[in-house]
Amino acid sequence: MSYVIEGKTGSWEIVVGLEVHAQVVSNSKLFSGASTTFGAEPNSQVSLVDAAFPGMLPVINKECVAQAVRTGLGLNARINLESRFDRKNYFYADLPQGYQISQFAHPIVGEGTIEIELANGETRKIGITRLHMEQDAGKLIHDQDPTKSMVDLNRAGVALMEIVSEPDIREPEEAGAYLRKLRQILRYLGTCDGNMEEGSMRADVNVSVRKAGEPFRTRCEIKNVNSIRFVMQAIEVEAARQVEIWENGGEVDQETRLFDAARGETRTMRSKEDAHDYRYFPDPDLLPLVIEQEWVDALKAALPELPDAKRARFQSEYGIPFYDAGVLVAEQAVADFYETVAKGRDGKLAVSWVTGDLFAALNRTGKTIETSPVNAEALGQMLDLIADGTINGKIAKEVFEDMVETGEGPEAIVEKKGLRQVTDTGVIDAAIESVMTKHADKVAEYRSGKDKLFGFFVGQVMKETKGKANPALVNGALKSKLDA
Amino acid sequence: MLTGLTLTEARAGLEARKFSARELAQAHLDAIGRLNKQLNAYITVLPEQDVLAAADAADARYTKGEARLMDGLPVGVKDLFCTKGVKTTAASKMLANFVPPYESSVTARLLDAGSVFLGKTNLDEFAMGSANITSAFGSVLNPWKRQGDDAALVPGGSSGGSAAAVAAGLALAATGTDTGGSIRQPAAFCGIVGLKPTYGRCSRWGTIAFASSLDQAGPMTRSVADAGLMLEAMAGFDEKDSTSSNRPVPEFSKAVGKSVKGLRVGIPAEYRAPGMPEEIAKMWEQGIAWLREAGCEVVDVSLPHTKYGLATYYIIAPAECSSNLARYDGIRFGERKDAASLDGIYERTRAEGFGPEVRNRILMGTYVLSAGYYDAYYLKAQKVRTLIKRDFVQAFEQVDVLLTPTAPSAAFAHGENMDDPVQMYLNDIFTVPASMAGVPALSVPVGLDSKGLPLGLQIIGRHFDEETVLSVGGALEAAAGFAHKPTLHAEAGV
Repeated sequence: MSYVIEGKTGSWEIVVGLEVHAQVVSNSKLFSGASTTFGAEPNSQVSLVDAAFPGMLPVINKECVAQAVRTGLGLNARINLESRFDRKNYFYADLPQGYQISQFAHPIVGEGTIEIELANGETRKIGITRLHMEQDAGKLIHDQDPTKSMVDLNRAGVALMEIVSEPDIREPEEAGAYLRKLRQILRYLGTCDGNMEEGSMRADVNVSVRKAGEPFRTRCEIKNVNSIRFVMQAIEVEAARQVEIWENGGEVDQETRLFDAARGETRTMRSKEDAHDYRYFPDPDLLPLVIEQEWVDALKAALPELPDAKRARFQSEYGIPFYDAGVLVAEQAVADFYETVAKGRDGKLAVSWVTGDLFAALNRTGKTIETSPVNAEALGQMLDLIADGTINGKIAKEVFEDMVETGEGPEAIVEKKGLRQVTDTGVIDAAIESVMTKHADKVAEYRSGKDKLFGFFVGQVMKETKGKANPALVNGALKSKLDA
Repeated sequence: MLTGLTLTEARAGLEARKFSARELAQAHLDAIGRLNKQLNAYITVLPEQDVLAAADAADARYTKGEARLMDGLPVGVKDLFCTKGVKTTAASKMLANFVPPYESSVTARLLDAGSVFLGKTNLDEFAMGSANITSAFGSVLNPWKRQGDDAALVPGGSSGGSAAAVAAGLALAATGTDTGGSIRQPAAFCGIVGLKPTYGRCSRWGTIAFASSLDQAGPMTRSVADAGLMLEAMAGFDEKDSTSSNRPVPEFSKAVGKSVKGLRVGIPAEYRAPGMPEEIAKMWEQGIAWLREAGCEVVDVSLPHTKYGLATYYIIAPAECSSNLARYDGIRFGERKDAASLDGIYERTRAEGFGPEVRNRILMGTYVLSAGYYDAYYLKAQKVRTLIKRDFVQAFEQVDVLLTPTAPSAAFAHGENMDDPVQMYLNDIFTVPASMAGVPALSVPVGLDSKGLPLGLQIIGRHFDEETVLSVGGALEAAAGFAHKPTLHAEAGV
């Protein structure tokens, strides 16, 4: 336990559990046929079911169920072949039915685990308690009219997965690592786009503090935190707040709080007394959701390779270090890019180009891997030119920069600029002769024992050949001439 | 007279072109014009030209020999079924101006079968009631009167408008919905036939929900054969209702007239409630005798959890209703009452938009689902419901149908039974168990009591075995020969 809060009365550790709401990638909503596209005109993606017209009934969207099952499989979790939908009853203007259809007592996915990696390279397993499906609510807009609030129901009824972790997290950094890993898995699976800015992934953070060895103390829930950085900040300030209360002889109230990022503090949203009584009960409009093991097996068989497996494969297949493999698989698009470059080539060379020159170029040009000016095939061709001796590593840097700038292929650039490596020993020998003539004094010094001057001669010969000479040939020829 | 026919007779008359669908529709519009003010059976009567246009279309199909199952037959539609472009109120101020942009699955099927809709019939507000006295649009009058007594009688509820309309000749038949007896009890009170099908037989899509796990649409007609015919048109799988059954729909009308010889009829001991009026008990005995004469074997059976039926019903139905009616909050539906806060808007809108009975049930339902009470009430009620269902399944291992009275009394007068809600709820004592079990049940008028009011007997069958229920109902109907007409009737008034 490396993260501790040193209080007046001793050291405190933090206990954190996360509830992540992940919007399911699907064409239509959880119980209606309305579209789910983000950013459409307000109230343009609302069916009669979403607007809770009298007599309307929910019908489960099978694709959303498949997405939840895929996610459960990706979290190494138990899939419940029978699950149920309950109604969570409360009144709010963004909730047309007056209840949210959710899975309270019988979720579709049970216990699982996520393995996270910390900055120091250590890995830890964080338990998943459950994953359940539920409907999202609509959105209230308060800035359109001085006295009225507007309701936009486009989001009402969109499928969410609520993914609940065990209270296994002991550091803010672990919470960040957990969220990044979860997001990575969801993106690999294609079940949630993980976009926290657009609200398609949001986290409720449960925080409590305790002295080592104690049972859990009262926790507070911080609602709807919308970035990984804010989650880590919220945990820090909330834990500090709780330590102060306990140490001053007070009692932490179980309540729902909000994180104010601008002020760097959490504030009461709802106290325990104001807590809703949601009056959960099984939704009588829906039968228990029963799925077949064969269907689950088929979904499992069709799952894409997940980050942990891909990382292990990259290590063994391309002979690259664990750390580098982790960098590559962080985003599926990068992993795919790398694999295209590395396939049938030198994997180590490929990783140094992708994570070195390519990442630097993307950074510099403000591009992403998807919009990269150099595509994977072109980078691979460039590595081929190095491998077959057409260019050397130094010239390759120049060619690569030209590729970034012009988008042209490496061979075209080599031809255009005449960068083909000089392997003609006659040309190299001539250059060596010329250098030795020009620097006869240095030749004498070398021959009298100053070995270190060898590098100087290599540099001069390369200069003479405009960097295009094959360095191995230069080395060999120089050595024999100088030592002769 | 055209307003006195059964569906079957009218269908035959139209087929033979003895009269046109237009004449049939016009006769009903005229009867509604004469009697609806008194009876208040319809909340909304459709514009004459729309009704006649539908009738003309039916006539055209008859002429071409393409007539459908219900072609040209004028029917009333309980104002709980959403009808496209036609105001649908659920008899509540909340929906006083609601015009659905969609047609409920059941009414869509009836329209596809050629039915001619006359209007939307009155009911208890959101179908909550047993006397049709909770409608925001006024009570419905039972067309029957006691002998020597001019007291205004209730038609039963909640489908009181449908029952009164069919009994008085303001429709050949009507749709009802039954949650705990809302088709069968008013049918018994008004001397007509009412069938609650198996839960899942008719789609609930587009029917305004009261208690989703119990609500079931069904026909209210003048004969058992008509009930079969109309159910055939209403029933069937609907992918928009996850609880609707995908079993094939049999030709229900053919079930009537089939021999009942050898069928085993169970008489549940627990329905012999202490304090049952002697006339009801006598009518039941008579029914047993008739079925015996028709060749049925009568068997005593036990449904041991019957006594818990009403209590559990009045937990489960209000629980579901408290949630189903949450959408009427003044934001999209109902007249919004302004207040300083959003909660204030909800409180005022709902306090003023719902009538007292609906408010009662929402409060009860909210209570039984609340933290700390859920296990003691709702969860326990669900367990008891399972036992009640098991009672029926076990009874149906021994017998083919059950025979019981439909209601513990004949129609009562406005003002009677109204101080004590529990007394009112007792009306459902014989109908609720079948609702809880989801099994089909039929009420057939079999005679008059000493004051000249109709009494009904109830036949309960196995899940999805409406056919046997209809066969036995047909036998009972034939034996009883019930041909009495109410005091107020389209034929009597002219």
